Amino acid sequence: MEKAIFNPPKSLSKREFTYCPGCHHGIVHRLIAEVIDELGIREKTVIIAPVGCSVFAYEFFELDGTVAPHGRALAVATGMKRARPDLVVFTYQGDGDLAAIGTAETIHAANRGEKLTTIFINNAVYGMTGGQMAPTTLIGQKTTTTPYGRNHEKDGYPIHISEILSTMNGVAYLERVTVDTPQNVRSAKKAIKKAFLAQIKGLGFGLVEVLSACPTNWGMNPVEAMTWLREHMAKEFPPKLFVDKVGDG
Amino acid sequence: MTKKIMMKGNEAIAEAAIRAGCRLYFGYPITPQSEIAEYMARRLPEVGGTFLQTESEVATVNMVYGAACTGRRVMTSTSSPGFSLMQEGISYIAGAELPCVFVNVVRGGPGLGDIQPAQGDYFQATKGGGHGDYRVIVLGPSTVQEAVDLMGLAFDLADKYRNPVLVLADGLIGQMMEPVELPEMRDLSNLPDHSSWALVGAKGRKPHKVTSFNIDPHELEKMNKRYQAKYREIEKNEKRWENYRVEDLEYLLVGYGTSGRILKSVADMARGDGIKVGVFRPITLWPYPYEALAEVAEKARFVLTVEMSSGQMVEDVKLALEGRVPVYFYGRMAGVVPTPEEIYRHFVKLLEEG
Repeated sequence: MEKAIFNPPKSLSKREFTYCPGCHHGIVHRLIAEVIDELGIREKTVIIAPVGCSVFAYEFFELDGTVAPHGRALAVATGMKRARPDLVVFTYQGDGDLAAIGTAETIHAANRGEKLTTIFINNAVYGMTGGQMAPTTLIGQKTTTTPYGRNHEKDGYPIHISEILSTMNGVAYLERVTVDTPQNVRSAKKAIKKAFLAQIKGLGFGLVEVLSACPTNWGMNPVEAMTWLREHMAKEFPPKLFVDKVGDG
Repeated sequence: MTKKIMMKGNEAIAEAAIRAGCRLYFGYPITPQSEIAEYMARRLPEVGGTFLQTESEVATVNMVYGAACTGRRVMTSTSSPGFSLMQEGISYIAGAELPCVFVNVVRGGPGLGDIQPAQGDYFQATKGGGHGDYRVIVLGPSTVQEAVDLMGLAFDLADKYRNPVLVLADGLIGQMMEPVELPEMRDLSNLPDHSSWALVGAKGRKPHKVTSFNIDPHELEKMNKRYQAKYREIEKNEKRWENYRVEDLEYLLVGYGTSGRILKSVADMARGDGIKVGVFRPITLWPYPYEALAEVAEKARFVLTVEMSSGQMVEDVKLALEGRVPVYFYGRMAGVVPTPEEIYRHFVKLLEEG
C-alpha cells in the first residue's frame, strides 16, 4: 500500500513556479503556504501580489488574490482589510516594489499599525526588468544600471527598511531572516507565522524581510549566490529580530 | 416626502453617498472639497462605516481598489491635482472591473492652479486619464440637488457594470449651499451581490482572482474585448441629458455642470429679447449623448458652447454635429466663472456678425 510521506501545502496552487534556478521565492512561497495551513486560515486569507518577479504570486497560492499596481500593495491591502476586518490579508513584495516606488505606502501602513502581514523579499536587485539597481543594492555591487558598481556619491546607500520600520509604534512583529540553511529556513517559518499572528491577534503590522538570492541577475551560480548572500548581503543587512509583540504564548 | 434642508454641496455629496449605501471612504484633504472628507470622518462612525485619511492620493486610489475587491460600496473624493495622481490606479480599477465611485470637485489649473471652480479636467475625466483602453462613466451635476441624485446613480451604475464612476463637479457645486431633498437610507442587505467574484476568502469554492493583468497578449486582448463590449452596452443604456426651452429654438447653447446651469439664465435673457434660444446640457459626459445633441442642434442656426475651460467638451459637440451646424465657443479659464450677462453679450456679438 502506498502512503504519502510528503505533500504540498493545501494553500499552494498546482501552478508551476516561474522562478529561476537558485531563486528563493519558491522556498518562501512554500513557507507561507505551510503557515497558512497550520493556522487554518486558508479560507479567509487574501494575497496581494506585487509587480516584479513575484507578480504571479497570486496564481501560486490556493487563495483569493489580486495584484496591486507597482509599490501599492500595502495601500490595496489596507483598503481590503478596512473593508473586511475579518479577512487575513498579506502582501508579498520585492525590494523595488516595497522600498523604492512603494516606500510611502510601506511606511504609512506600518505606522498606522495596519493589521496586515508583509513578506518582503530583499535580493538587492530588480529581477523582472533584468537586473537593475535596487534601493537595497550594496555599495560596489554591479547591476545593469550601476555597471561600475553602486557608488554612494551618485546612487546613495542601501536602504534599511526594517531598521526604519523598527522605530514605529504600529509595528507588532518585525524580523530579518535568511533561508540559506535548513536551520534558517525553519527560523524563517517561525518568523512568518508570528507575522501572521500579529495580524490575527490584532496587535498591529507584521513584516518579515527575507534576504534572498538572485543567481540570474547577480551573474552567479546558485552556490556562489548563496555564498555571496552570506558574506556580503548579510553583513549589510544583518538577520535580526527587531520587534516581537506576539511573544511565545 | 422628506423635507428640503439647506446643505453645502460637498456635505450633501457625502450624505448622499452614505444614503446610497457607501460605508467606506478613503481620502486626502484638498481644497475645494475637503468638507467631504471632514463630513465622512464625523458621519461614517455613526452608521458603522470606516473613514481613513490617507498619506496621498496615490495611496487613496489603491485603498479604494482594495476595498472594492471585497464588493462593498466605496468612494473617494478629491480635486484636480489629486485626481491626476489617481489616474494610474483608476486604470487598474477599470482593468480589474471593480465598482467604486470618485468625486472630482474641479479647480483651476494646470499645475497647482488655484482653488476656484473650473472645468479644465474634462479631457482627463472623459477621454481616459490613465494608460490603456478604458472608460469611466462620468456624471456632471449642475446643482447641489443633482449632485445628490447623481451620487446614488453613481453607485448603482458602478455596481451594475463593475466599473468606476466619476462624479465631475466643480468648486461652485462643492462650496455652494442650496436646499436639497435627500433620499432615504438604502437597505444595506439589499445591495447588489458580488459574491461571484469578490475577494472574501476562498471558503468552499475555487479561489477568486481579480486583476487587470495577463502576460499573454491574445488573452489580454480578450479581456480588452470584454471591456469594450461593456462600454458599448453602457453607451446604449446610460446616456443622460437635459433639454431646456429647445422646442422652437433658433440658436442652441451647450454646456455641462455649472456652465450648463448658467446657460439657462442666458436663454431666458435671450427669450426676453424675443430671440429663440435653447440649452442642451449633457449629464453623462461619458457616455456622451451625441445623438440627442445632434437632434436639437440640427434645428439651430448656430451652436455656442460655453465652458469654464479653454474649450474641451466643445470637441464632443463638434463630433456630434460633424460640421452640419456652425459651432462657436466661449470660455473662461483658471477659476473664473462667467456671468450670464457676459455670455449673452458674446452671443449677441455672434448674432450681429451673422
